[in-house]
Amino acid sequence: MQAATLEFRHVHKQYPGADKPAIADLSFRVEAGDICVLVGPSGCGKTTAMRLVNRMIDLTSGEILLDGRSVMERRPAELRREVGYAIQQIGLFPHRTIADNIATVPKLLNWDKTRTKARVEELLDLIGLDRSLGRRYPAQLSGGQRQRVGVARALAADPPLLLMDEPFGAIDPINRERLQNEFLRLQGELRKTVVFVTHDIDEAIKMGDKIAILKEGGHLAQYATPSELLMYPADKFVEDFVGADRALKRLALQRVRDIDLWKAATVRTGEDSAAAKAKLADADLPYLLLVDDRGRPKGWLSDRALSGERIVEDLRSSADPIVEMDDILRDALSDLLAADTRYGPVVDEAGAVRGILSLEAVGHALAATGGHVPTATELARESAAHDGRATADGLSSGSGSDLARS
Amino acid sequence: MSGLAVTPVLAQLSDDFFGDRQGAADRCPGNNELCPGWIVDNFTDYLNPLWEHVLLSVIPLAIGFVLATGLAMLAHRYPKLAPPFLAFVSILFTIPSIAFYLILINVTGRGFATAVVALTAYTQVLIFRNVLTGLREVPQGTVEAAQGMGMSSRQILFGVELPMALPTIFAGLRIAASSTVGIAGFAFFAGAGGLGQSIFADPRFRGNVVAASVLMILLAAALELAVLAVQRALTPWQRAVSR
Amino acid sequence: MIHAALGPFGDAIEFIFKERESQAGTVRVGGLGEIWDFTSTHLLLSFTATLIATAIALPLGIWLGHIGRFQFLATSISNIGRAVPALGLIVFFIAFLGVGFTNVCAALVLLAIPPILTNAYVGVRGVDPETVDAARGVGLTGTEIATRVELPLALPTIMNGIRIALVSVIATATIAPLANVDTLGRPIISPNVYGTAGQLGSCIVVALVTLGADGAFAALQRAVTPKGLKVGQRPKARRFALKFPIPTRSTT
Ligand SMILES: Nc1ncnc2c1ncn2[C@@H]1O[C@H](COP(=O)(O)OP(=O)(O)O)[C@@H](O)[C@H]1O
Ligand SMILES: [Mg+2]
Repeated sequence: MQAATLEFRHVHKQYPGADKPAIADLSFRVEAGDICVLVGPSGCGKTTAMRLVNRMIDLTSGEILLDGRSVMERRPAELRREVGYAIQQIGLFPHRTIADNIATVPKLLNWDKTRTKARVEELLDLIGLDRSLGRRYPAQLSGGQRQRVGVARALAADPPLLLMDEPFGAIDPINRERLQNEFLRLQGELRKTVVFVTHDIDEAIKMGDKIAILKEGGHLAQYATPSELLMYPADKFVEDFVGADRALKRLALQRVRDIDLWKAATVRTGEDSAAAKAKLADADLPYLLLVDDRGRPKGWLSDRALSGERIVEDLRSSADPIVEMDDILRDALSDLLAADTRYGPVVDEAGAVRGILSLEAVGHALAATGGHVPTATELARESAAHDGRATADGLSSGSGSDLARS
Repeated sequence: MSGLAVTPVLAQLSDDFFGDRQGAADRCPGNNELCPGWIVDNFTDYLNPLWEHVLLSVIPLAIGFVLATGLAMLAHRYPKLAPPFLAFVSILFTIPSIAFYLILINVTGRGFATAVVALTAYTQVLIFRNVLTGLREVPQGTVEAAQGMGMSSRQILFGVELPMALPTIFAGLRIAASSTVGIAGFAFFAGAGGLGQSIFADPRFRGNVVAASVLMILLAAALELAVLAVQRALTPWQRAVSR
Repeated sequence: MIHAALGPFGDAIEFIFKERESQAGTVRVGGLGEIWDFTSTHLLLSFTATLIATAIALPLGIWLGHIGRFQFLATSISNIGRAVPALGLIVFFIAFLGVGFTNVCAALVLLAIPPILTNAYVGVRGVDPETVDAARGVGLTGTEIATRVELPLALPTIMNGIRIALVSVIATATIAPLANVDTLGRPIISPNVYGTAGQLGSCIVVALVTLGADGAFAALQRAVTPKGLKVGQRPKARRFALKFPIPTRSTT
């Protein structure tokens, strides 16, 4: 099914007996295929806002439009079968097999047996669970597997909108990171419209195409893309909420391929020394990088390697850390700092050198997107504090130097 | 037999109690000893009381189960109903069954039906309580997920809450089963026979007491096992977990 | 006449309050005096049996729960206790050991042990392991933990066990006259002497005595529940749980 658009228009919600509204004048619009993250401190009304969409609770005033049609015109049961719903407690049915759990909504919609079965198998493949696990019961699965099944169950009837309330909240950090990445990969294929609730700003920045920051009483503090949010926080509340390291958090939003890399002077063994020296003039770094015949980095050359007529393999140091084009900038930077160096070669999928990532290039990238440009020392100091988390996340996929440490 | 004119019911009862007290003892050569041979020879005499006892246990359990489960489902929906109903059946449960039977026969008459009414009433506390507890213990997150997928409250009750409550429900039913066998031992006070009547027919004759008591114990154990077997058949996910 | 309007119940109530001739006309029966005699014997027998059972089963149950082993033993006692019918047990004792207060009391003690034992065991086992760990952490010895931490916290469950035992003992003491102990069951067992009015009258008194004892015990239970347990409980759910203990044995 196509992804739907979702729009909140001046939505108010006051619980019976409450003296203050839980949601006050909330307006925002989610484009089809986007992930919109609702984030904010505990009790600010994130869950309430989300549950208004599938009418788990009803709004007091205003309008919520799903594909332009007010949800209040819809029968709740019918609406809910059309909107995927995954929650932190997962809420799998312990008395039903995994396959039956996933088939819940298709059965409610009276799909025929073959179609349901095919869909269940498709979803098991999609979430990377072996099909044979479909016959098991939830208690026989690990926490991470159960959470995947929860997502699969929400996706079963191919809903145009998926609501997720802190879906990875109860999972340990390493598995959470894995589930987040998996979900992003899934979303790359499915392109659903997703409303994702979390209280973790880092998760919000990572998952969201758009982020709605709510503050106490259900007021919308800011609705923006992650980088806008980090660059131009609307007020003190948002600034505090995203944290003092917001400039650094932007590093998590960019990949190595997104920034201007330094030009490398690469040479092969046996190349003419004079020609090699000439390359240095054109490069951003006064060192020669030795590569093999496929262009893969071998190491930095010493002066002695150039002393002859032809270049010999006399290395000053290894090429580590080697950074990949698809690495997240934060992790690549962490690799540089961990290896105690200011630059590292960047390679493409084939492993061939495409440029050099340096601390200065990172600083330049942050400067180019506005805000204060951290000096290299500032970067090093802040990033050292940040490094611990990056490592624990297990996200780093560059050279394994910081993974080896953890 | 002067009481006959006033309440024929009770007068007849006293005859039932002590009908053949003498006769039974004579039949055992060791005189009042426990003699296996006697039990074997006279085993067929216990078959009818045993059958009565089976009916006195199974029928109230079946009626009580349906009734208590229905009421508990209602009380799950309307929580205010639970305390008064529980208070009422708890009081009934506290009253000794002998007294209950004898009071009841003055209202509903003497016989099998009266005993069934009393025994059914006794099952209510155990089953009702457990059904309600089982329904209430279903995690909020599970119910919410079910709602979020668009299940109606009926579908949630029968498709999610009741199945998930089964282990607790069956635990109550199991206790109710052995309980009912025990209480049915006094059902002859209501004129409904059973193994209790056999015991009372000659309470000083060891062979008789042992034969009837052992049958009652076996019946209680058999019923518990039967309930357990049904439970295991209905809750395959529980076995899967412990494996 | 009110009595006439109540039918057999009117006659029964009259039996409780007023002496009359026995069925055979040889002795005088009924009236508050005799009912009081029966009641006091009934209660004496029941309390004695429950006290002895408590003295045996409570320390044993707490100890088993404290050392945390023999789960099988505790469950088996509970299961057997449920399956053995009260009637069979009493009559069995009479048939094999003879009549008299001591024998019937011994039978009632056996009847009362399972609920007290299992509830003590379950109660102690149910104490939050973290609480016990904390107690060990601040340096309490095993005995101190059992008496100062586990016992108070398990008290509501323990009291439930004793309450269930007491109620079943009072109910079962109704058939003590089979062993020539004249409890309130006497007119019930011997209607040929006491008449149907005596039988029904005694039934009413037995019912009231049982309910009274149960109610009094419930009040006692509330009085001894540690304050912290009462404060912490969510009012609705816990009230529901405390007021109606689950009887775990066959009832008379
Ligand atoms: N069912 C309810 N009844 C009354 N008040 C509620 C209910 N659910 C939530 N609230 C209140 O509404 C506010 C927002 O709650 P919620 O949406 O759950 O916050 P969040 O998910 O952001 O932590 C809180 O103050 C909470 O106490
Ligand atoms: Mg929430």
